[in-house]
Amino acid sequence: MFGAGGGTTSYRELEETDVIFLWGANPREAHPIIYHHVLKAVRRGARLYAVDPRRTSSARWADVWMGLNVGTDIALANAMAHVIVREGLEHREFVANATTGFDAYRAAVERYTPEYAERVTGVPADVIREAARTYARAPRAVICWTLGITEHHNAVDNVLALINLSLITGHVGRYGSGLSPFRGQNNVQGGGDMGALPNKLVGFQDPLDPVVKARFEKAWGVKLPDKNGWNITGMFEAMERGELRGLYVIGENPAQSEADQHRTRKLLGALEHLVVQDIFLTETAKLADVVLPAAASWAEGEGTVTNSERRVQRVRAALQPPGQARDELWIVAQIARRLGADWGTPTAESVWNEVRKMAPHMFGGMSYRRLEELGGIQWPCPDERHPGTQFLHARLWETPRGGPAAPLSVVEHDPPVELPDAEYPFQLTTGRRLDSYNTGVQTEGYASPLRRDMLEVSPEDAARLGVAEGDRVRVASRRGSVVAPVHVEEGLRPGLVFMPIHGQEDLRVNLLTIDATDPKSGTAEFKACAVRIEPVAAGAVAAAGAGGGRR
Amino acid sequence: MDLHLSDAQPTAEERGAVDAVLGEPESGWDGGRRDAARDGHVALGGGAHAAEARRHLLLPALQALQRAAGWISEGGLTYVCARLTVPPAEAWGVATFYGLLATEQRPRRMLHVCDDIACRTRGSRAVVEALEREVGPACHGGCEGVSGHDGSGPGGWLPSPCLGLCDQAPAALLTVAGPRPFERLVGAVTPVDAVALVKGRAVVPERSRPLLPQRGDPSLWLLGRVGVVDPTDLAAYEASGGYRALRRALAKGPEAVLREILASRLVGRGGAAFPALRKWEAVARQIEHPHYVICNADESEPGSFKDRVLLEEDPFNIVEAMTIAGFAVGAERGFVYLRGEYPLAAARMEHAIAAAREARYLGRDVLGAEIAFDIEIRRGSGAYVCGEETAIFNSIEGLRGEPRNKPPFPADAGLWGKPTLVNNVETLASVPLIVLNGGANFASTGTGDSTGTKLFCLSGAVERPGVYEVPFGTTLRAVLDLAGAPPPAAAAKDGRGLVAVLLGGAAGTFVRGDATDFPLTFEGARAAGATLGAGVVMAFDHTADLTDVLLRIAAFFRDESCGQCVPCRVGTVRQEEALHRLAAGKPLGTAAAELALLEEIGTAMKDASICGLGQTASFAVESAIRLGLFGGGKGGRKARGRTAR
Amino acid sequence: MTVAIETGKTVALTVDGAAVTVPEGSTVLDACRAAGRDIPTLCFLETLHPVNVCRVCVVEVEGSRVLVPSCSRAAAPGMKVRTDTPRVRHSRKMVLEFLASSVDLSTAPRVAEWLAEYGCRPERYGPEASAAEADERDRAVAGHHAAPGDGARATVAQPVKVDNDLYVRDYGKCILCYKCVEACGADHQNTFAIAVAGRGFGARISTELAVPLPDSACVYCGNCIAVCPTGALMFKTERDRRDAGTWDESRQHVTQTICPYCGVGCTLELRVQDNEIVRVTSPLDHSISHGNLCIKGRFGWRFVENRAAGRHADD
Repeated sequence: MFGAGGGTTSYRELEETDVIFLWGANPREAHPIIYHHVLKAVRRGARLYAVDPRRTSSARWADVWMGLNVGTDIALANAMAHVIVREGLEHREFVANATTGFDAYRAAVERYTPEYAERVTGVPADVIREAARTYARAPRAVICWTLGITEHHNAVDNVLALINLSLITGHVGRYGSGLSPFRGQNNVQGGGDMGALPNKLVGFQDPLDPVVKARFEKAWGVKLPDKNGWNITGMFEAMERGELRGLYVIGENPAQSEADQHRTRKLLGALEHLVVQDIFLTETAKLADVVLPAAASWAEGEGTVTNSERRVQRVRAALQPPGQARDELWIVAQIARRLGADWGTPTAESVWNEVRKMAPHMFGGMSYRRLEELGGIQWPCPDERHPGTQFLHARLWETPRGGPAAPLSVVEHDPPVELPDAEYPFQLTTGRRLDSYNTGVQTEGYASPLRRDMLEVSPEDAARLGVAEGDRVRVASRRGSVVAPVHVEEGLRPGLVFMPIHGQEDLRVNLLTIDATDPKSGTAEFKACAVRIEPVAAGAVAAAGAGGGRR
Repeated sequence: MDLHLSDAQPTAEERGAVDAVLGEPESGWDGGRRDAARDGHVALGGGAHAAEARRHLLLPALQALQRAAGWISEGGLTYVCARLTVPPAEAWGVATFYGLLATEQRPRRMLHVCDDIACRTRGSRAVVEALEREVGPACHGGCEGVSGHDGSGPGGWLPSPCLGLCDQAPAALLTVAGPRPFERLVGAVTPVDAVALVKGRAVVPERSRPLLPQRGDPSLWLLGRVGVVDPTDLAAYEASGGYRALRRALAKGPEAVLREILASRLVGRGGAAFPALRKWEAVARQIEHPHYVICNADESEPGSFKDRVLLEEDPFNIVEAMTIAGFAVGAERGFVYLRGEYPLAAARMEHAIAAAREARYLGRDVLGAEIAFDIEIRRGSGAYVCGEETAIFNSIEGLRGEPRNKPPFPADAGLWGKPTLVNNVETLASVPLIVLNGGANFASTGTGDSTGTKLFCLSGAVERPGVYEVPFGTTLRAVLDLAGAPPPAAAAKDGRGLVAVLLGGAAGTFVRGDATDFPLTFEGARAAGATLGAGVVMAFDHTADLTDVLLRIAAFFRDESCGQCVPCRVGTVRQEEALHRLAAGKPLGTAAAELALLEEIGTAMKDASICGLGQTASFAVESAIRLGLFGGGKGGRKARGRTAR
Repeated sequence: MTVAIETGKTVALTVDGAAVTVPEGSTVLDACRAAGRDIPTLCFLETLHPVNVCRVCVVEVEGSRVLVPSCSRAAAPGMKVRTDTPRVRHSRKMVLEFLASSVDLSTAPRVAEWLAEYGCRPERYGPEASAAEADERDRAVAGHHAAPGDGARATVAQPVKVDNDLYVRDYGKCILCYKCVEACGADHQNTFAIAVAGRGFGARISTELAVPLPDSACVYCGNCIAVCPTGALMFKTERDRRDAGTWDESRQHVTQTICPYCGVGCTLELRVQDNEIVRVTSPLDHSISHGNLCIKGRFGWRFVENRAAGRHADD
């Protein structure tokens, strides 16, 4: 936030805050142990608000569930801001000292009355008012979000809308007040930390900054490119244009995980050369020219990962990798050698020490020894006497303020690209279930009694469609169709249906989703597309199942 | 909360009964009709905080199901869980804790036949045998062969622990579930009556004996109105001096009330004999608020029925006493925790509270004095352990009625963790007269350490069983004589007469029939190696089978242990097993070894149990052994004062 | 949970005559441990609210009529604690004997050692009664029991409950310590799939209506297994190996790493035997998980083994 790519708070602060907003997040299922910290707060007396189109298992714990329409988060956030500003509940001193752009922001939220927001979001105006007041008046408050905010065509604007709320109320940069995006994968934060982004080097350093560039070029003894790389959406667009013809995929499964799979698979299939390094023979690996079997880094390799509270922690090898699988670091070093760069035999610790050297402002104090002793350290941790940083942006409260002010951003409501219509009358949204993970490749390996890859529909829609629990239906979007059993779910309202993202074979939800991406971040609008649903006659099921199966 | 609820639905009857207790549901999210337009966009009050605030309604809601359907069905349980946001496993844990709640289907008409110690000596065995013969085996649930699940035809029966009707033994509690649920305690049940009651062919009158042997005696303090003043008439209560004490208390202020309690040297009558003032003052001084007052009316000690008589026959006095207590300790809410087996007491108290509220003796503005106080009745559902003061808190809060570890004591952290005054019915009953006549006057009766008068529950081998009020210091023999107990068997040539007295209850101690000439005071009982406990005086003559009585006491504690702590949960089982081995004449090793084992078990229960139940579960057994009253072995089943060693 | 209020203040007391000083908010157990006393505990765990039900940790405190559960009593200034008097030893012995005479303690760590130390003879309560039928104990009615019959001692022996592929519930080994209920409930998981049901010796851990786990609220986090002190709750991987006689702790090692799934960053302790994961736990003292995991962290590692078996490569 405000330039740094990490949540501002820690889990411990969640336990001790007074108000928690879960906004487009279902941590009860997707981040169960973070939810333990949330529940500690609840048991202590903290008020919990859940903003989610579905009344999820997380939302069922909330004092107030605000079941907004899919993709109307900005309207809701701006309406809360409207109430806060109108009632003079903003933190004037903080706004004046630590932010810029308040006047423009105030003008922009003027038209977002709670009544307007009720029409857009479906959430009653009085509930919006109460939520706004509670958030603004809370001694401490945290807003948490996950992909319900970011898997939209306007992901960045959604995030900015929430940041705005924290800035006008001063709920950031203090113990127990902050912004907390929960990371979906065990090292998605660490990947960013390490510079696995098209526009960052390790420690979120800008590769186009001449000083930074020179320092890295000197350290590595090579010339670095003068422009940023592509994000994944950009890569597929480049494939479409024929500019990108070879791909080295490490631990990703785009053939399944990207929206609009028909298009994705076509593009991957058309590459001149595809190398896939993975622990599984994934759907993507099946399309590859070369597959490099890798050790499972979390249990068969050494290194570090960074979690959602910016804590860098050690992973260690407990098992020998099977067959020809090799440590990923070894594979990469071997490829480098074949390409003419001899890196010797790097160890996880030697690579980490280079990270510390190249990004000392973030990781300088994190020796392996200290990481072990302290059970992980939260960045930034610039030197070996530094305990790590529990929450970010304390500087905004300093007098005089440390560093630049935080900008308030004018953002406007912009509905999902594809809304239901007469032909595709249902809005499909997607998400995770507790026992499964991403495309399900890892989690299908154990016998979960909870597994339920089904199309979830409201009781009203089930009645209207004439389907009951377990009946099969064909779900079709403009891009494709799947056949799925039905689960009747009272957490959904009429017109809204849900499918988990973990389905295998003919339950792959990304055959349906839309490839509408946020131009600022490259994330796709997995959370909203329009579908139609037709009951499948018993006889037709077998045929559909056989046709859709993996062979 | 993210509850996992089954699809089972309540019947209309069950839903109605629950809604009658909880009110109509507010939305589709708490069991009401789903309105997709609103419920699809907002849910309020489904979280943990609202759930915590509603949890105390769990037991009343389960009781409503029991009254409506005769058991707690899956659909009913699920509905209650949805209404209150209680996890079903927790609700199940509560439902299965209480003896009067059925979690398997039972007939709607059930007769709970007391087979506890007093009734055992007065014919309950014949009743049980008749029922087994004419109706079938006891129905714990399911009940193959007994019809009546729909309310028609014959019902079922179950043996029951003491029903608190020992003066009219043998006793039974009839419960009929349905749209107009019916509960009645019936006394002097004959085998013929019992079968007729189960088969739905008779209603036996509530009482079989005169209400009170001492009725009309002008020297009575606590029992002065019993049988004399209409317990359902507030005006009559006022005419007999009622509510003068409350007016006096309001006029003089809480400190003055505390001073009078101090001067009275009143000691708690519930069994633990704790100075009342210490509790009152401790609660009054607590800065933490709110404060609560609880009247412990869960009288369940086998042989005890004095509290029932006070509640049934002088309910306004208890209401007034609680109001004075609330005023003195700064509480605005009071609870009467009343055992489930006392339907008439509940009705009389319910009526008295309503009448008092109507007359502004209760409510936001008691007697216009800007003092708020009101009372709710919470009924137990068949769990002796809930008479333990901290178990009451858990039971009211909607948890399993398991006692809490002390400290913290109730005055520091009681009901909902707040300072709470818990007093027994009889203790409270003394309060108005202390306030009215002065503590010193109260203390002038009785002895130095045991002031005032005491109620004793006379039952067993006496001619005039009932509740007796005597000044502390009266000897046990004198009390026995009041009730017409026989002379000691030891003095008689033919061995006929009084063999033993159980003093205090199942958690009390035996004394020999020829060793009753000691004063009934806390200190006097202690000196005689006994305890006054709950004021039980149960007499056994030469016809009593004391071995059978001891086995029943051991079974009682095993049944009533909450199961929480190991010493009590397993100790009560091992105690019962050893007694059975001895009674059957098949000791493991020698009888002496078994007796030594019993002592070891008893010591561990006394020393290491969480609450008074486990700590006293071996008292009666140990005293019987010590006094040579336990027959042990074949041919020794009739008590003859012979030592078992 | 020991709520250690960090006031910086301390409490001075004596344990077996020796002076001990502990931080304010410490329990008597903390003080005893600080004094080097090895007090046995069963229902106590640092990460759970003390329920003080097993009573094996009782000690004598001067001025107290009854023995005191050291795990929950706050250490107070001037307290005189005795941990090894005949009275204490008697209650401990009886508690252990009561448990050993009614519960299968064969997989409970340290209990055999304590039984020997206190001279317990569970056999002196008679021969064991025959085990209950499946569900018999689940249907026990509060306030009623069958009279002891043939001189045998009652036990909680009953068939093992196996109703899912992840873990087994062997309630013949359950001492009713409440830990699983607390971990499933308000202390950690807040799922409340299980509670104590029934009363007295008929009390048991149960789902609603004693339904099988797959019909209950259980989310298979395994946090109950992690706190079970007797092995009544056990990973199926461990149970199967034990049943097959291939569970061998001497060939096992434990490695700490981070869960491969979501971004919370829970520390996993992988217990490995013969290059196979046989049990997954999480350290109690870690600020993120406090010993807890979710179903994925606890059980989701099988893909590593499946991969070794070549399942995916053959696809």
